This record gives sequence, C-alpha cells and structure tokens, in this order.
Amino acid sequence: MGELDFDVIGRSLPYLLKGLQYTVQLTLVAALGGTVFGTLLALARLSSFKPVALVAAGYVNLMRSLPLLLVIFWFYFLVPVLIQQVTGSERPPQIGAERSAYITFIMFEAAYFCEIMRAGIQSISRGQIGAAYAVGLTYWQSMKLIILPQAFRNMLPVLLTQSIILFQDVSLVSLLNVTDFVGAAVKIAQRDSRIVEMYLFVAIVYFVLCYTLSLMVKRLQHRIAIVR
Amino acid sequence: MNLGIFIEQVPDGDGAWWEMLASGLGWTLGTAFFAWIMAFTLGSIVGVARTTDKPSLVRAGNAYVELFRNIPLIVQFFVWYFVVPGLVPAVKAWVVSLDPTEHQFVTSIVCLGLFTSARIAEQVRAGIQSLSHGQRDAGYAIGLTRPQTYRHVLLPMAYRIIIPPLTSEVMNLIKNTAVAYSIGLVELFFRTREMAEMTFRYFEAFAAATLIYMVIAMSANRVMALIERRVAVPGYIAGGK
Repeated sequence: MGELDFDVIGRSLPYLLKGLQYTVQLTLVAALGGTVFGTLLALARLSSFKPVALVAAGYVNLMRSLPLLLVIFWFYFLVPVLIQQVTGSERPPQIGAERSAYITFIMFEAAYFCEIMRAGIQSISRGQIGAAYAVGLTYWQSMKLIILPQAFRNMLPVLLTQSIILFQDVSLVSLLNVTDFVGAAVKIAQRDSRIVEMYLFVAIVYFVLCYTLSLMVKRLQHRIAIVR
Repeated sequence: MNLGIFIEQVPDGDGAWWEMLASGLGWTLGTAFFAWIMAFTLGSIVGVARTTDKPSLVRAGNAYVELFRNIPLIVQFFVWYFVVPGLVPAVKAWVVSLDPTEHQFVTSIVCLGLFTSARIAEQVRAGIQSLSHGQRDAGYAIGLTRPQTYRHVLLPMAYRIIIPPLTSEVMNLIKNTAVAYSIGLVELFFRTREMAEMTFRYFEAFAAATLIYMVIAMSANRVMALIERRVAVPGYIAGGK
C-alpha cells in the first residue's frame, strides 16, 4: 500500500465539480420529465379504456423488470436509430451518451414515478371524482383541478425519495464513459493512480449529500402531513 | 434479426454464444443466491436491533441502514473492490491469493449482500413495528424471554407481513447483480455486452438479455406468491392475491 495522497482531490476539484454538475442536471431533468410522463402513464393505467391501460401496464412492468444498466445500454444504441427513422436521415445521428442518458432516465424513471402517482391517485376517495363530475367538470378538468393536485401533495415525500434514488442511479452512466461525478472520479483515479483516495472521496460526498437530502424530505413529510 | 448468431461459436472460446449467455445467467443467479442469504441474515439481525428498547442498538442499526442506503451501488462496488484492499493490508494479502474471478465473485456477494441487507433491515423493522404492542406483551406475560418472544411471537408474524416488499427486494437484488459488471464479474449483463461488441449483433444480444431478465422477474414473482400462499395465517392476512 502506497502513501495516501488526498491532494489529488484539491487538484482535480474543478473537474469533479463539473461532473457533479452533470449528475445534478441529469437528476433534475429526469425527475421532472419522469414525473410528467409518469403521471400520464398513471392516468393511462387507470383508464377505463382497456387497450390504453394494458399498454401502459405492459410498459411499466417491462421497465421495472429490467436492470437499469441494461436499459441504459439499450437506449444508448437504440435512440440514434429511432431518431434516424423519425427524421429519415441517411445515417444515425451522433448524439453521444451524455445526451441519450437524458432520454433513458426520463423513460426509465417514468415507470417508477407512474407507480407512485397511481398510488397517489388511488388514495383519493372516489367521492371526489364523483363530486367533480357532478359540478360539470370534464375528465381532464377534474384531474387537473381536483385529483392530481391532491395526489401530488400526498405523494410528494415519496416522489422526492425516489428522486434521491435517481440521483444515486445516475452514477451508472459512468459505465458508458460519461463524465458524471463518478465518471470524473474514475478518470482522475486512473490518470493519477489515486484510486483509493478518489473512490473514498466520492463515497463520502454521496453519503453526505443523500443523507442530508433524506433528512430534509423527512422534515418536509412532517410539515405537510394533513391532519385528518 | 438473425437468430443463428446464438449457435455461432465464440471466437477464441469454447461453446456457442447461447452457452456464454447461459453461463452468465448462472453467475447472476449464483451471486444473487449467496448475497440473498447474507442479506436476509444480516438484515434480520439489524432490523430486530432497531426494534429493541436499547437506544444504543437502535442508533447503531439506524446508522447501518443509512450508510448503505445513501451511497450509489456502483460506488459501493468500487469501495469493496479497490478501497478496502487498498486500506487494509490483511484483505489485500488475502485478495491477491485468490484468482480474479473468485475475487470478483466474493466482492459482488459481500457488496450486494450488505447493500440489500440495509433494505431488508428496514422492512423487518417496519414489519415488527406494524404488530400491535399487545403481541409483545402477551409473549412476556406467558413467561417468554425477549429472544423467545422474537423467535416465537414477533418474527413469525412480521416475516409473513413483509413478504410482498421482500419479493421486490429479491427482484431488485437480481437486477442489481448487473452492476457487478463494473468490476468485471462475468454475469449475464457482462456476457450480453461482450456478445454485442464482438458480433455487432447488438439487437439480438440485448433482446435475449431482456427476455431472460423478464423471465427471471416473473419466476421470482411466482415463487414468492407461492410462499406467501403457503405461509398465510388464516384470518389475519389474505392468502395469495
């Protein structure tokens, strides 16, 4: 075992921070996109029109039964081919792993957010939707004005907890050579042969960030709990 | 789409590509099996510790769960594979004596076992705490000691209650073995990538892996549903679904 040298962290801090910035950016985009698509998927799963419900359920179950790593690699080579099909260009566009990861994570997280939103919608009493229809609202109006705001509020802590998990899962893109926080650390660790110091540092940073965030979610949960 | 690729021979290897994938599946299931045994044992101990009335045990149990829940799995793999042998000379000496495959296999089991144990600890705690306090009191009242109360009264009920979340954990564990690819374990995902890269048959290789993972997920689901029906307590938990 050589001497430990933690100076390597100070030297490479700007590079690591850039990686962390990508990680945070991808997390936020995927959490927002996942929530939007997840909510639509949840509405589809609860639809009384059977084919729509079946397709949505099939998609969600497929995504949930596959390892994220497999999905990341699927999208990495499928997305360019799909874009080529849509735009009709001659060769698949070079979009790179950094950008395809955004699509991957939105599509993957949508399945998980769908299940959360579905639970949230189902937790609202049936009388509410009956009341909404009774005062003459359409389906979309009653969803938008009555059901979804409540479902969203009830599920906010769960959605945020899932986002913390997402923040951790984003690290898997480093296996596609993307320079996220872990990817940046891997590259520095290999360049400077400071593997032990780098990985220890990354583990500590993740722990501090995720633990703090989860404490904040817990606090929020107490604050917004509705007294029934 | 060319299904013939699966019976084509692997260059500089023995066997066809389908045999490669099958051997990868073997490593995936083997790793998941041993990691599950470790996770279930440790998770039960830590989960029970968190429901005792000893504040020090509860705090230690909570710290254990938070530690493994707040670090990404791939970083935990790196820590067990690179950092621990780098910091502890005794581990280093032992690891060097293993062959690389054994080293990857043992690391994957330890890493996934500990990672999953934190989740199981959380479920076991929730299961025990969902029981009414009367059960514990009844155990003590008929003269059982604390360990006996856990063994004969609390745990048999708690385990039955948490079978559905444990089912998800089994499936998560099997899916998570794919991350062992990052340290080079030759499990299913590793073999899938290898096949895709060497034959340029990305679609076929990934479709095969997708199918295999789906079948695993469905089988795990069925097996756990069977267990759930077998052990259901009449009148307490609805048997099956």
